[in-house]
Amino acid sequence: MEFVVRTWSAGARLGSMQLAAGVQMETPTLLLLTRKGLPAFIPPDLLQNLHPDARACQVSPLHFLDSPSASIVETAGGLHKFVSMTGFGMVALARDSLMDESNGEASSKLGAAFETTSGRRVVGPAKYMEIVNACKPDLWVSLPDEVPTWAAEKRNRLSVDRTLQWLDHCLSLQPAERGNRCLGVVVGSASLDERIRSAEQTATRNVVGFSLGGFGLGEDASQRALQMDAVIAKLPKEKLRHTSGLGLPEEVLQAVEAGVDVFDSIYPFMLTKGGYAMTFPLNMENSPGNLDTQPSASELAYIGSDSAKMNLRSVAYRLDKSPLVVGCKCYTCQRHTRAYIHHLINTHEMLSQTLLEIHNTYHYLEFFKAIRDAIKADKFLAFRNWFTSTRKETRVHSPASKSPTLVLH
Amino acid sequence: MLGISPSMALRFEVLARHNRARASRLTLPHYEALTPLFMPVGTQGTIKGLTNDQLEDLDCQIILGNTYHLALRPGADLLDTIGGLHKFMNWPRALLTDSGGFQMVSLLHLADITEEGVTFQSPVDGKPMLLTPEDSIQIQNKIGADIIMALDDVVKTTTTGPRVEEAMYRTLRWIDRCIAAHSRPHEQNLFGIVQGGLDPQLRDICLEGLVARNLPGYAIGGLAGGEGKDAFWRVVAQCTAGLPEDKPRYVMGIGFPLDIVVCTALGADMYDCVYPTRTARFGSALVSEGVLRLTHAAMATDYRPLDSSCTCMVCKRYTRAYLHTLVTKEAMGSQLVSYHNISHMMQLSRNLHSSILEGRFPDIHGGS
Repeated sequence: MEFVVRTWSAGARLGSMQLAAGVQMETPTLLLLTRKGLPAFIPPDLLQNLHPDARACQVSPLHFLDSPSASIVETAGGLHKFVSMTGFGMVALARDSLMDESNGEASSKLGAAFETTSGRRVVGPAKYMEIVNACKPDLWVSLPDEVPTWAAEKRNRLSVDRTLQWLDHCLSLQPAERGNRCLGVVVGSASLDERIRSAEQTATRNVVGFSLGGFGLGEDASQRALQMDAVIAKLPKEKLRHTSGLGLPEEVLQAVEAGVDVFDSIYPFMLTKGGYAMTFPLNMENSPGNLDTQPSASELAYIGSDSAKMNLRSVAYRLDKSPLVVGCKCYTCQRHTRAYIHHLINTHEMLSQTLLEIHNTYHYLEFFKAIRDAIKADKFLAFRNWFTSTRKETRVHSPASKSPTLVLH
Repeated sequence: MLGISPSMALRFEVLARHNRARASRLTLPHYEALTPLFMPVGTQGTIKGLTNDQLEDLDCQIILGNTYHLALRPGADLLDTIGGLHKFMNWPRALLTDSGGFQMVSLLHLADITEEGVTFQSPVDGKPMLLTPEDSIQIQNKIGADIIMALDDVVKTTTTGPRVEEAMYRTLRWIDRCIAAHSRPHEQNLFGIVQGGLDPQLRDICLEGLVARNLPGYAIGGLAGGEGKDAFWRVVAQCTAGLPEDKPRYVMGIGFPLDIVVCTALGADMYDCVYPTRTARFGSALVSEGVLRLTHAAMATDYRPLDSSCTCMVCKRYTRAYLHTLVTKEAMGSQLVSYHNISHMMQLSRNLHSSILEGRFPDIHGGS
C-alpha cells in the first residue's frame, strides 16, 4: 500500500492511496459497506459502473466465522477471488456496525465480543488473523477492544492496554510475504489522556497507518472533535488515517478537518433500508439557487423528509416523475422516477433497495469528491461553512402563505 | 358488433418448423420477439431485485405483470396518468398482463364466480367487490401492455362435473364482453384463453368458439394445476392442433424446462411461470442436470460454478460454495440466483428457437 499526502486546506488533506495494483484512489474517500464481501444490494455487474470512485470496500472478518468459514475462503484463493471483487480494494476491519455496536462488556482477555448473526462471539487476535490471512485483504485494521464514552476509567485504561497487546499479537501473525498492511487502532474513549497514550504507543508500532477507533458510539460531536485532534497530533503525518462509524455529512466534514483520510460508514445503507434517498446539496455551485422553488424545511418535515434525505414512503411522491435528485448522474436517477421507487418501497420489492443503494452510494461518493475538490482549491473551510449553513437554514412562513404543501408534480 | 375482433397489434411469422414445433418472429408494439420464449413474471412491475439493464442483458423479451396486484398498487388510474406501465417501469421491451381473475380466485378469501364476473372481498377493507370482464379489460387498457388476457372462468384441472362445462361456456360468453370493452385494439393484443378442463369435447367447443372470434393470439389455460403429465400433454396437443397456425400460442403457468420443451414440440410458442424466480429465492438454481439445492450442506465446499455450461454473469464469477452462504440469508443471494435462473430460462428459449430454425430441434432434448 502506498499513501502520499499531496496538499492541504486548513486541517484537511488531499492524499493519494494505492491499495493494490490498479486501485489508486484520492483521499478523503469512502470504503463501501459489504456483507460477506459484497455490497448489500449491488451485484458486481452494477457495481463496476456505479461511480468512478467506487473502487474499494470494507469487509468485516466477523462475517467469516461460520458460513463461509476462513478455511473455505482460503481454499478459494482469498476473498477477492471468492466474491469476485478482483480489481477492487478491500480493507478488513472488525467493526460491524450493522449489528449491535460493541460496548465492550462481554469482552475479556480472550477477545472482543461481537454480536453476529449466529449470536454473540468472542474473537481474539489469533482467530481474527486466521480470518484476515485467509481473506488476504489489501489492508487490515487490527482488532481493538473498543468501549463507549461512558466506560469507567479503569475499563477504558484496560481497553487501551488490550488494544495494544492485540495489535502486537496481530502484527506477529501477519505473514511476512504479504508485506505490511496493518492499520493500528487508537482507542481511549472519552479520556484525552488515554487517547494520547494510545496514539503515542500505537505510533511506535510498525504499521502503515492508523484507525481512529471508538467513534460513532454515541459520543458528543464536540468531544469527538477534541479527541480526534488530540490523537492526530500524536500520529505521524505521512501515514494513512481511517475511521469507522461516522455517517452524517457534518461528521465526515469534522473528521476530514481533523485530518482523517479514509472512511467507512453505514449511512448510505441505513438510508436505503429506511426507504430514504440521500439528497443533501453537494456543492456550492449546484445548490438550489432559488429557494422559492424548493420545498421548505417544514414542507419536507411534513412528509418525513429533511434537507439530507427524501422519505420515499410518503404518498407525496406517488405521481412524482422526477428522478430522486434532479441532475444526479447515477444509474437510478438516469433511469427511474420517485413515483416508481415509491411504488417499489410500498410493495416491499427488492429492487427498491438495489436502486436506492446505488443512488445513496453515488451521492455520498459525490460528497467525498466535493470535499476533495474543495481541498484542491484550498477552500475546504468555505465549503464546510457553506454546507453547515445550508443544514441549519430554516424558512419562515409568513402568515399570508399557504399551509405546507406536499411536493407533487 | 359483438363477437368479432379483426384488430391486431402484432405480426407473427413462422420462420421454421420441425414437425409441430415452430420458430417464429412475434412483432409487438414495443418489441420484436423471437419464439419460443419464456416470460419471467414481474408481478408488481419489477422482477425481484433485478434492474432493467440486467433483464436486457439476459435477453428478456416479454415480461409479465399481474393485473390484480398492479390494480391494487400502484393502481390502474395512476398508471394511466403516468402513461402506462412501460413508462412507469421504464421497460423498453414488451409487456403482457394477465386478466386478474386467476389471482383473485387463488389469493382471496370468499372469491366466487358468477355470470357477472368475479366477486371477492377487497383485500384492503373487506368490502364486497366485483371484477367483470369489462373491468379487467379497462384496467389492462390503462396498464398498456402489448398483450392483454381475456377474463376467463378458470377451474382447477382436478375439478370434475358440470362446473367444468359451465366455466367453458362462460369463458366464451366473456370473451365477447372482453372484445367489446377493449378500447385499444390497435395498440394492445387481446388473447383468448382456451378452457374446458381435461375434457376433449369441451376443449373442442372452446377452441372453435375462440378461433371464430379471430383474436390476435390464444392461450391454453386451466393447466399446470395438479393434473397428471399425460393429461397435460394431451390437452396441450389437442389445443395446439385446434388453434390457427399463423397466430401465437401461449401455455400459461409453465416453467419447468422439460414441460417447455415438450409443449414446444407440440406447437406452443410462449410460456410464463413464477417458478424460476421463486425457486431462486428459496436457494434453488436451475442447471442443465436439473435443480441444484444450494442450501444443501455439500454446497459449502463445492467450488464449481452453478452450471458449467452457463455463461451468465453469476456462473462466470461465483461458486456454489459462495452462493451457499448467501441464499435465504442475504438479499444478494436472491438476486444472484434469480439472475442465473432467468439466464437459464432465456438460454433455453434461445436454444429452442435456434434449434428449430437450424433443423436440429430433436438434439436439444435427446431425441423423441
